[in-house]
Amino acid sequence: MNYFNQDLASLHADLVAKKVSAKELTQATLDNIKDTDTKIDAFLNLNEDAALAQAAKIDEAGISDDQPLAGIPVALKDNIVTKGLTTTAASKMLGDFNPVYDATVTEKLAAAQMITVGKTNLDEFAMGGSTENSAFKPTKNAWDQTKVPGGSSGGSAAAVASGQVPVALGSDTGGSIRQPASFNGIVGIKPTYGRVSRWGLIAFGSSLDQIGPLTHGVKDNATVLSAIAGHDDHDLTSSTQAVPDFAADLNDATSVNGLRIGLPKEYLADGVSDDVKTAILAAADTYRKLGATVDEVSLPHNKYGVAAYYIIASSEASSNLQRFDGIRYGYRAQDVQNLEDVYVKSRSEGFGDEVKRRIMLGTFSLSAGFYDAYFLKAAKVRTVIMNDFKAILKDHDFIMGPVAPTPAFGLGDEIKDPITMYMNDVLTIPVNLAGLPGLSLPAGFSNGLPVGMQLIGRPFDESTLYRAGYAFEQSTDFHTQLPTLGGQN
Amino acid sequence: MNFETTIGLEVHIELKTHSKIFSPSPVAYGADPNANTNVIDWGYPGVLPTTNKGVVADGIIAALALHATVEQHTHFDRKNYFYPDNPKAYQITQSDKPIGHDGWVEVDVDGVKKKIGISEMHIEEDAGKNTHERDHSYVDLNRQGTPLIEIVSKPDIASPAEAYAYLEALRQRIQFTGISDVKMEEGSMRVDVNISVRPVGQEKFGTKTELKNLNSFNYVQRGLEYEEKRQQQVLMAGGAVQQETRRFDEKTGETILMRVKAGADDYRYFPEPDLPALNISDDWIKELGDAMPEMPTKRRERYVNELGLTDYDAMVITQTKEMSDFFDATVALKADPKMAANYLQGDVNAFLNDNHVDLQATKLTPANLAGMINLISDGTISSKMAKKVFKAITAGEEPKAYVEAHGLVQLSDPAKLQPIIDDVLDANPQSIEDFNNGKKRAVGYLVGQIMKQTHGQANPQVVNQLLMTALKQ
Repeated sequence: MNYFNQDLASLHADLVAKKVSAKELTQATLDNIKDTDTKIDAFLNLNEDAALAQAAKIDEAGISDDQPLAGIPVALKDNIVTKGLTTTAASKMLGDFNPVYDATVTEKLAAAQMITVGKTNLDEFAMGGSTENSAFKPTKNAWDQTKVPGGSSGGSAAAVASGQVPVALGSDTGGSIRQPASFNGIVGIKPTYGRVSRWGLIAFGSSLDQIGPLTHGVKDNATVLSAIAGHDDHDLTSSTQAVPDFAADLNDATSVNGLRIGLPKEYLADGVSDDVKTAILAAADTYRKLGATVDEVSLPHNKYGVAAYYIIASSEASSNLQRFDGIRYGYRAQDVQNLEDVYVKSRSEGFGDEVKRRIMLGTFSLSAGFYDAYFLKAAKVRTVIMNDFKAILKDHDFIMGPVAPTPAFGLGDEIKDPITMYMNDVLTIPVNLAGLPGLSLPAGFSNGLPVGMQLIGRPFDESTLYRAGYAFEQSTDFHTQLPTLGGQN
Repeated sequence: MNFETTIGLEVHIELKTHSKIFSPSPVAYGADPNANTNVIDWGYPGVLPTTNKGVVADGIIAALALHATVEQHTHFDRKNYFYPDNPKAYQITQSDKPIGHDGWVEVDVDGVKKKIGISEMHIEEDAGKNTHERDHSYVDLNRQGTPLIEIVSKPDIASPAEAYAYLEALRQRIQFTGISDVKMEEGSMRVDVNISVRPVGQEKFGTKTELKNLNSFNYVQRGLEYEEKRQQQVLMAGGAVQQETRRFDEKTGETILMRVKAGADDYRYFPEPDLPALNISDDWIKELGDAMPEMPTKRRERYVNELGLTDYDAMVITQTKEMSDFFDATVALKADPKMAANYLQGDVNAFLNDNHVDLQATKLTPANLAGMINLISDGTISSKMAKKVFKAITAGEEPKAYVEAHGLVQLSDPAKLQPIIDDVLDANPQSIEDFNNGKKRAVGYLVGQIMKQTHGQANPQVVNQLLMTALKQ
């Protein structure tokens, strides 16, 4: 069984009507994952026994109408800690790490009675844009297994796109939910910074990281975000803003009538492929037809985003990843003579190349004598970029543009060229720097590969993005096109 | 050659909060290793710190107590370094904008008063503890995350004696706020010291050395005295002082080279992204300031000017807030201030030392001490009888009731004493003769006999008076 033809509401209806039991659904999901994952390698670890046991318990208690997510399987990116379920961050450093606590989102999903069926692959510590930096295996694109699924939430995106699970959680530091959603033709949101608790998310860039859902449709995405969002006493950067029922008012395709949309010219500049530009310009026309106005606007400092991001994110990462020292948990090198050996060898052997590259970049940027020229300058650029967005969003309801400059690229094509890889995030990174919500949804195809569109909103105004995304989805048929993996249906 | 000395002190004070600065683990001593820890203290993947508001309040209180300016818009920073007792490999501290800056305390060295500047004070977390046994090392993270305030002096301290006085002033003021026990022997106050000397008139500071293992104020002063002399001798011999860390040897009183500093450590400070900035309101500062107790300097002035204590007595009484509060409460019950001060410094302190207890942990109350002092003042009991009464009030007994129950009332009525004196004189004609022959010692013997007859209850002054009158007749 796969999840191509059922949204969360119809799954819920089937569970309530007992057309299928949670246990049957979970078993079928696990069977399908085992069957199809040989092709896409989306999962690192399955939670078979615990998931089936949880499903049986849910069946026993029964599912009521007001439990829209109960009994429905979900997959978690493997940098979200799960108590008793190995959590690796796709790193040799945490190869056998078995957490003693749950992330807040893990707890919230459990409270909603969703069933965690497994942990999905990612670029090691979420550092990368292709999931090729996983210490264990590369994940493949659901549409074409010679292509990357994007990253770093490539496992979560490929798992949803290939119908393995209806929902997966990812994390997004510079585009890590939106870009793989785009590459796999599904919906993904990077919520406003502070919308979702980071407690239990293995930190990469603390001031940028956000957890968000990946789903087939906009409405499903909205439903899951409502379930995982909200203030958390464990995370002082989480917001006390009220969490709306984001899915509640998604009924009307004409609800964008009268909205003002900004389309930054920098988002259609050189480096963005023609097919992507065509798709976005067509999407702008769709919105105009729905009664919105689309203006050309400018984000003049967008070009500095990638540089600022790689300094800020790497600086924070260099500090965040120091705790992996081989002392208390995780990988420890064997033939050591003294304390320094424990540190140097454990970290040299435990981390992959990309992680080491960013640790070095971040360490350098924070060093005495370089701090002002790098970290501090980058922090100032960040403020300037924030102000660019603020100026546009003052009189525009949201901003639209592509997610990535190109559709999915081939496995192995960019992994040896970090700079090219980094430039893939040029359109998503500024959104993290500004802390704004960004929604990625299907908007076209290029040579059979999905092309995504990004909607960027005001802080804590995910509602408008979902509304606009839903209206677009109802007016187009990109989301109804499905990849063909062997071994399913 | 004449030299001048510059001393810098970094004082770490451990705060008496219930929980740690960035985690809900309890702050308590004597627990099994790692018993008072949780995932945050372990630096576990995915955990985040949360700020204990009580620690920020304590930081503000310390700033106010040390006449510093409270930084109202501040934040935490990360200080990065690897060590097993530092599980995140960074310490959350304040580097960029410390919670307090530009404070001072006044010291008095040999009657000379001087203000010593405090450049800044910041709140931060303590590290855990490593212990080493044969071929194993152990990490105990119970102390990890215990809240600290670090107080950094300006280069105003010019002698080891001033350093001692500065520490004492700091200790007292912080002790009075109640935010810390400030006990060096228990580690709730720790001192890092640096010192340099330079020829008088030289503008540039000399090269400084750092001293470690200074576990009491005395050791701080002795270590600095040794180091001051050593540096002077190095310079006079034409040598140069090296930038190095030296260890104070308690047995010899010397400082011993530990390591030479190659260059400054690079801790790669940057703003802590996991914690929001702190915005401290005027109202909060005012609220905390209004609730602060009277500081020791103010109390000393009051004791000397209004209660007539000597400077020395006032200083001893204000060693701790508990002692000073006890004194105030005792005097408020009409006890003679001088006697109250004497008792607190003498019998009470001796009792505390003998029993190794703090004043507040005893059964002694200001009401009972005042009651006893008032019984002495009105002549009900003698100071000799008071010894017994003191013992009783340390056991929580009410002095008047005790005196009555044990018949300890002093016999001062001449009408009652005269017949006893007459009896004693009748029985000791030899002593009268001795007295008449100029042997003054005879008086002592006779007083002793009278005391014996009255079971020690006779008022000695009244007895003396009546006896002399009788003998001279």
